[in-house]
Amino acid sequence: MSITIPAGTAVAPPMPDILPDVKPRRGLLGFIRRNPTMAFGAALLLAMLFVAVFAPFLGTRDPTALAPALRTREPSAQFWFGSDMLGRDVYSRVLYGTRVSLLVGFSVAICASAIGLFIGLMSGFNRIADSIIMRVMDGMMSIPPILLAIALMALTRGSVQNVILAITIAEIPRVSRLVRGVVLSLREQPYVEAAVASGTRTPAIIFKHILPNTLAPLTVQATYICAAAMITEAILSFIGAGTPPIIPSWGNIMAEGRALWQVKPYIVFFPAIFLSITVLAVNLVGDGLRDAIDPRLAKRL
Amino acid sequence: MWAYILRRVLATIPVMAVVALFVFSLLYLAPGDPAAVIAGDQATPDDVERIRASLGLDRPYLVRFGAWVGDIMSGDLGTSIFTNLPVSTMIAQRVEPTLSLCLLTLVLAVSIAVPMGVVAAWKQGTLVDRAVMGFAVLGFSVPVFVVGYLLAYVFALELDWLPVQGYTPFREGFFPWLENLILPSIALGGVYIALIARITRATMLEVLGQDYIRTARAKGANQAGILFVHALKNAAVPIVTVIGIGLALLIGGAVVTESVFAIPGLGRLTVDAILRRDYPVIQGVVLLFSFVYVLVNLLIDLLYTLFDPRIRY
Repeated sequence: MSITIPAGTAVAPPMPDILPDVKPRRGLLGFIRRNPTMAFGAALLLAMLFVAVFAPFLGTRDPTALAPALRTREPSAQFWFGSDMLGRDVYSRVLYGTRVSLLVGFSVAICASAIGLFIGLMSGFNRIADSIIMRVMDGMMSIPPILLAIALMALTRGSVQNVILAITIAEIPRVSRLVRGVVLSLREQPYVEAAVASGTRTPAIIFKHILPNTLAPLTVQATYICAAAMITEAILSFIGAGTPPIIPSWGNIMAEGRALWQVKPYIVFFPAIFLSITVLAVNLVGDGLRDAIDPRLAKRL
Repeated sequence: MWAYILRRVLATIPVMAVVALFVFSLLYLAPGDPAAVIAGDQATPDDVERIRASLGLDRPYLVRFGAWVGDIMSGDLGTSIFTNLPVSTMIAQRVEPTLSLCLLTLVLAVSIAVPMGVVAAWKQGTLVDRAVMGFAVLGFSVPVFVVGYLLAYVFALELDWLPVQGYTPFREGFFPWLENLILPSIALGGVYIALIARITRATMLEVLGQDYIRTARAKGANQAGILFVHALKNAAVPIVTVIGIGLALLIGGAVVTESVFAIPGLGRLTVDAILRRDYPVIQGVVLLFSFVYVLVNLLIDLLYTLFDPRIRY
């Protein structure tokens, strides 16, 4: 609707904009400007992913090849990160170790989220199941997660699959609790009540109205689980209850370097640096996601 | 209030029952014959038979669980397969180092993290705040053993200020005891400091926005008084809750820290037990830690009624 102004009326002249319009930056550059920490974390994580995928082409040799004549060499042109007490190339082992760490981190995050989502939805919608499930989860949460993973690993043969399984079991209670909490609060929302009143079946309510709204907090939680799983995997391998020693994982390299760390500290420090950087990257992505999803929380934490 | 306390105490019984059932069942969840699993790959059939008899595997599952719980109630955690000593004796020998390490870490972490969080909240958005939050992210990301080796390398090997590894019992003097525990406590405290500093800052920011803080400012109370008396007191409940929940991190981290610094505590006992597949010992340690965790969080819950007179259930 346009306003017609009668001729002869005194009208203030249109004011020019003092400040030019702020164009929201789009694309990759805009994203980086808006979320510098998240972009930094994502870049680091992508770099690690690149290392994991292309480990054989980055100047590495066979990470399990022994060279007894070339034991415990200092970092040099031949051995970029030195060699360990069996003469294996630490650089190659650390690079291949990225694969184990990322595999365990992502697998645990996905498995624990999926199972936790299922359990959480079930206990959020069924009172009887809820009281039983939550008692079990309370009990499981009372066992410190690392100890639970250790107890599970003590029973099984060390393998990457078993490590993933053990850490997943240890992480499930926290995810279930989170999803259940979200489901319980969503159930009271007017839009869900409206759906119930208009005769929507329970499965449709769960999958169309509840499930999509649990995904945002679940994704944030999944990144933290991924970070925690990487640390737990390294700890399990470090104390000898994780991936079998034949597979180069960061925890295993550190465990093997332990005997010599006072004289050859680099064997321990190279995998340690890689582990810390990777976990930091995942945590930064998680913080960025959390801030993007819940700006109210961003101000607080 | 007494009714609340009774209700809260009774509520821990099902939790502990689930923990006990879970720890007990772990052995039977593993595929294959539990006796063979414990005995390991190099066991002779005789070994497997001996273990089968000592576990009482010929009896029904629930009967075994009942007998096991009965034993635990009377303080008998079973017998180590490797040393043939009672598990309770082995644990008792190892409690002091772990308890010392955890208590010192707790004291250290709380006395560093709480002021850090308070200052970050007070100077919100400044460089100090950013530094504290950055430190928190780092604390969450750098694993315990990395910090441990780094500290040991710098302060023990290079500078030679503190002993590299080992443990001196408390009865041999306070300072030798402290000297050995400083580096492990700092290493173990990293995650814990990050956790407590974050929650302190978050709660303080909320409290500092309240009307009574403005009133305190208006009447001319000094800044330190406002922060630590008016605000921190009212932010105490969430902070103490996180300290209790974070105990799980502390316990898990202690296992690793003890390996790095060669401290002969419960963590080392666990690691040795894993390598020897000494399952009764692992069960005993996991049960003990879980029990302590539940108990501490129960005590914290009950303490709230003292901290905050507004809480009445």
